[in-house]
Amino acid sequence: MKKNPFKILILGITSVCFIFALSACSIQSKPTSDNSEKVVNLFTWANYVPDSVVNEFEKQTGIKVNYSNFSTNEEMLAKLQASRGSEYDVVICSDYIIEVMGKQKNILMQPIDKAKIPNYKNVDPQFLNQVYDKGNKYSMPYTLGSQMIVYNSEKVNFPIRGYKDLWNPALKNSLVLVDDPRIVLGMTLKKLGYSMNETDSKKLDQAKQDLLKLKPNVKVLDADTPHNSLINGDTTVGFMYGSQASAAVKANPKFKIVYPEEGMNAEEDNFIIPIKAPHKENAEKFINFMLDGKISNEATTANEYVNTNKAAKKYMSKEYLNNRAVFIPDSELKRAERFRDVGSATKTYDLIWSEFKQR
Amino acid sequence: MSSRSETPVVKNTVKRRIPNFEKSFFILPISGWMIFFMAVPILYIIFISFLQRGINGGIDVIFSLENYKRIFSPLYLRIFLDSVSIAFTTTLCTLFLGYPFAYLVAKIPKRFRILAVMLIIIPFWTNSLIRTYAWMILMSTGGLINNVLIKMGLISEPLKMLYTYGAVLVGMIYALFPFMVLPLYTSIEKIEGIFIDAAKDLGANPLKAFLTVTLPLTMPGIIAGCILVFIPSLGLFYICVLMGGSKVMLIGNLIKNQFLVSRDWPFGAAVSIIMMIAILVIIGISIKLLGKKIHLEVF
Amino acid sequence: MKTKFFRQISNIYIGMIFIYLYLPIFIVVVYSFNKSMAGTEWMGFTMDWYRKLFKDLNVIIAFKNSLTIAIVSTVISSIIGTIGAVGLYKYNFKGKNLVEGLLDITIVIPEVIMGIALLMYFSQMRFPLGIGTLVLSHTTFSIPFVFIVVKSRLAGFDSSIEDAAMDLGASRFKVFTSIILPLILPGILSGAMIAFVLSFDDVIINFFVSGPESTTLPIKIFSMLRFGLSPEINALCTLMLLITFGILIMVQFIKTMGTKKV
Repeated sequence: MKKNPFKILILGITSVCFIFALSACSIQSKPTSDNSEKVVNLFTWANYVPDSVVNEFEKQTGIKVNYSNFSTNEEMLAKLQASRGSEYDVVICSDYIIEVMGKQKNILMQPIDKAKIPNYKNVDPQFLNQVYDKGNKYSMPYTLGSQMIVYNSEKVNFPIRGYKDLWNPALKNSLVLVDDPRIVLGMTLKKLGYSMNETDSKKLDQAKQDLLKLKPNVKVLDADTPHNSLINGDTTVGFMYGSQASAAVKANPKFKIVYPEEGMNAEEDNFIIPIKAPHKENAEKFINFMLDGKISNEATTANEYVNTNKAAKKYMSKEYLNNRAVFIPDSELKRAERFRDVGSATKTYDLIWSEFKQR
Repeated sequence: MSSRSETPVVKNTVKRRIPNFEKSFFILPISGWMIFFMAVPILYIIFISFLQRGINGGIDVIFSLENYKRIFSPLYLRIFLDSVSIAFTTTLCTLFLGYPFAYLVAKIPKRFRILAVMLIIIPFWTNSLIRTYAWMILMSTGGLINNVLIKMGLISEPLKMLYTYGAVLVGMIYALFPFMVLPLYTSIEKIEGIFIDAAKDLGANPLKAFLTVTLPLTMPGIIAGCILVFIPSLGLFYICVLMGGSKVMLIGNLIKNQFLVSRDWPFGAAVSIIMMIAILVIIGISIKLLGKKIHLEVF
Repeated sequence: MKTKFFRQISNIYIGMIFIYLYLPIFIVVVYSFNKSMAGTEWMGFTMDWYRKLFKDLNVIIAFKNSLTIAIVSTVISSIIGTIGAVGLYKYNFKGKNLVEGLLDITIVIPEVIMGIALLMYFSQMRFPLGIGTLVLSHTTFSIPFVFIVVKSRLAGFDSSIEDAAMDLGASRFKVFTSIILPLILPGILSGAMIAFVLSFDDVIINFFVSGPESTTLPIKIFSMLRFGLSPEINALCTLMLLITFGILIMVQFIKTMGTKKV
């Protein structure tokens, strides 16, 4: 008698939780297993594939796009590793992480059948057959990103031509840099005349000493919106991605863009298909769609990255062609260096970065 | 009373039969849930902290204590100290700002009290990132506060508020304010006004009444609030990143970097474990010290 | 006099704190009407962002997901956390230290590790990732918070009231519902509100444990950063605030109406 209310209560609560858990799981277990389903799971930075392009794909093919996001390549890799290469159909990520994935014991990508992707011929050959994926077995280029110097010509009264000018003591507490160890260390190494992928410990130590000298000039480190502090007047000189530099210049035409004379970095973002992608055919259709010239131009005009598609050239607007932040001349691209994984030197890079932050 | 001595048999059997069942009702859900969902993940983390980073960022199954040895270097100890100092300062500031506030809210007439509490928490139902960006709009050199002050003629040059330690503190206190105020409020609200009146009747002035009656009785709330602010603030590195210009490495970024940048999961696991142990020890000691002083059980 | 002065000071203090709390909110609302997309310049009034918001299915779905997950996980964690707080406060049992240790660790553990560990756990158990796994994860990290708040409210609880009630014939269940529960109710509500905030705002754990069809609002916002935070989000937050205020005012109105009738 006195026991009953308790029994009922416990039974009630457990059954509610149980029913809930079951129903929640069953809602999710249907969509992801069927290959003939009209869905493609896209995984990349937000707004990297513009809405207009996504809508056009959905209209043309009737396939719904589930657009999931990550903020860094490493996050993407962590998620892919932990879910063993399933869940997503198309991933757009950067070249160096593809190199890392290619070297792993259990490769998380599957080879892309070029016969299924006729628009592959549209890709500009200078971006193909790169060191991170010889023969483009697993990947196809989407866009190219690069970093450059932007500065407020009204507030800075000496010419800025390259990385070394950032060390000028006149720029105390006025720099904004991208909050990324490879980019900041890479720029320091380049300034010293070394490679951005240096692994020699003596040279890295030299770079470390030089980098620590830069700290007093640095006011802001910002991974996502470095252009904001420039626009707001909190900083006067910045080193950031082209799309961000473009945003800064659009907000204030007095900002000037400089391609560093020591040499730039170029980072290719590519399409890959994870090894256990649930909708492989839809993934192939999506990639083929994105490699169409007109679509490619639409994408890079919206996200303001460098275009890698030669069939897109005839669609490009004057504005795009004149935007120095976005349309980088081939001469610069040819001497640009690509980031590569530095293997066991990664620990040293991490240590240098931690020390730099502690200074 | 008299009924107790007359019917001991009935009372004893009643007490003996039900409590077991009732005990399980109260204890099983939480124990079962936490063991099921947390025990295995924690064991996994402990396991990989003794392994090594593979050349390409995977995990090599080579047992070593190297990760732990690496942690005890001046660099990482400084990172830990910096994080603890920000967390500690944030906790103290939220406590000193929040206690009077919670006290005053607890005194609001009952009809409007719940409304006031809801008003405290509603701003936090918007996304925290948006709120942080709003602070940056307010505090940047070309931002709202500077514009208003310049227009009013109070200053001639914009104040450099953003990307400083002060800005980080403002952001942290803001983000964690309800975590201090709510537990304080629940504790303070419980105190019957009659205790304070009694103390006053016995001759205590308001300050003495506060120190000897209110403060000890609200100590559980203070401890709960401090814990709920201190611990999250150790992990709340994104405010330092956004409002401080990411110029300092805190333990939160360090751990995140290990997993998401350098891909050294074993080292990240080791740092996390050391951090967790250190925090639990700090909290354990503080509670024992405070608990001894005030004779109250909280944990 | 002294008390009048004291009352004025306290009103000013409360006012200042509320200004501190609502200043960024004011900015969020105002900028939802700002024509400019990035930067902080005011470029004119527009309702465009609201129009864009209603057409943006991605954001709306993410918002719905976040809200559902927050509500469900808050309810479950409040129930489990409260019952557990009462249990661990009153009773001792063999594994008590283990359970309390797990609770402490859950609060202290860095989110990145918890996210990765939970993901591997679900992956090993072949649990499909989605709203279900998100609810389970959020409930897990919310339980300790509810637990702490309710337990602190229980501190100093005088069990002789319970004994007296039972002497008068009340069952243990009735004792729980009519004596203990009302006493700890503010604790439960505070814990629930904290749990809701934690869940609604969570980014890191969400990232690891969500599936392709279960994006949540914070993830969407966080990853929009690379290309600029759209004022659509300001519009969304403003609408949320309006709705919540609306509900609050209604509730208050109903309450005062109720008391008036009596």
